[in-house]
Amino acid sequence: MNWQWFHRLGSPRWFYEKTDAWVPWLLILAWGLLLTGTVWGLGFAPMDAKQKDSYRILYVHAPVAFISMACYYLMAIAGAIGLIWKMKLPYMVMKSAAPIGFAFTVIVLATGSIWGRPTWGTWWEWDGRMTSYLVLSFLYLGVIALQNAFQSRDTADKASAILALVGTVNIPIIYKSVDWWYTLHQPATLKLTGESTIHVSMLYPLFTMIVGFYVFFTLVLILFTRTEILRRESRTQWVKDLATGTVRKDEVAS
Amino acid sequence: MAKSPSLFTATFRRDLLLAFRHKGEMINPLVFFLIAISMIPLGLGPDKDLLMRIAPGILWVMALLATLLSLDNLFRSDFDDGTLEQLLISPHPLYLSMLAKVLAYWIATGLPLMLMSPLLGVMLSLPSGAFIALCSSLLLGTAAMSLIGAVGAALTVGLRKGGLLISLIVMPLYVPILIFGASAVAEAALGNPFNMQLAVLGAILVMALVLAPLATAGALRVSVNG
Repeated sequence: MNWQWFHRLGSPRWFYEKTDAWVPWLLILAWGLLLTGTVWGLGFAPMDAKQKDSYRILYVHAPVAFISMACYYLMAIAGAIGLIWKMKLPYMVMKSAAPIGFAFTVIVLATGSIWGRPTWGTWWEWDGRMTSYLVLSFLYLGVIALQNAFQSRDTADKASAILALVGTVNIPIIYKSVDWWYTLHQPATLKLTGESTIHVSMLYPLFTMIVGFYVFFTLVLILFTRTEILRRESRTQWVKDLATGTVRKDEVAS
Repeated sequence: MAKSPSLFTATFRRDLLLAFRHKGEMINPLVFFLIAISMIPLGLGPDKDLLMRIAPGILWVMALLATLLSLDNLFRSDFDDGTLEQLLISPHPLYLSMLAKVLAYWIATGLPLMLMSPLLGVMLSLPSGAFIALCSSLLLGTAAMSLIGAVGAALTVGLRKGGLLISLIVMPLYVPILIFGASAVAEAALGNPFNMQLAVLGAILVMALVLAPLATAGALRVSVNG
């Protein structure tokens, strides 16, 4: 079978040139969805019975939380692909995903804290979910720190990939262990996980925001990866041509 | 003709011998453990009730930090003099040599920590029922921490200024061990059974026994070739 299409996917240049066309569309889509979702959620969705208007931060908090966890797995899988198939592009994606994921965890922790103040009366609680989420942010920090510690980029890539994979095993363990720890010490006071009982009129703006944030995340990841491609491939002819604006006549369209 | 020792035995014996030749390095984490525990009553006041309540957690946190302290020494000297490269290019499975090194390391660092912990428990007014839990949880926990810490040590051995980086990498991986270890001692202090926590610690240890040497071997290949 002709595997050329698969191998072409691993070419940084192919990625860069293909995403040239995608970025404007993703930008429009992200703006559109996020704007719609925000206005809908903040303005038009009904007030919550207990929390009144302060629940509306859910529309930022929940989607970003989902994505931050998905981003970690994306980062780990990209690292695994790079380790197994020894390709350049997955490592670039992994390196780009780490700071984005970390920034998202910071957003979730901050919005969660702000949400907790009027509803729980406290900025922070050491319950199962929050504690294991904090450890997730530490895992991200570890990968970012390891990336920047090595002189040789190749070593940095492989080492971070190994660390990301080890962390993957640890995430479910952390989540479970903190759950058990918490229930050992005191019974759960408030479970804000009643998402299944959310009303439809609140669910639709939430879906919009989730999709919108996913599109936004894709956009940001692509942009970061493109920068990383330019940085790493800066010695190749095509990047030099791109930088100087030269157009070559004997270009092979890829 | 005498049967030559296997790589596992040879590596284990060598590492243990080297560790005991540098008794100073072995003592360091123990002294840290002792001094750090002593700081707690100095900082928080000598109220026995308070100390009794926080003793399980404090003992475990300090044991964890003491383990982190000596982690860098696991591969450092072998990396510097080229022994690590020889291990990597030898035809024997790297898994076994990693296991041997970590076992020797644990006997030199984790085991003494565990043996010293009852003394420190007395200093922090740990209730008498909790001492068995303390020792058994530390026995399982320090072994698991040595195995998992070896991965972090392998990742950073190539760096000259590893420093605090290894702690940053390894500490999130230690979180489940800390939670169950401290919980075991806390439950025992209250007079409750602590079998569940020990079982989970054992499970974590077994999983680390299987997976950690593989990750360590991979990380060492990356570090030494880098």
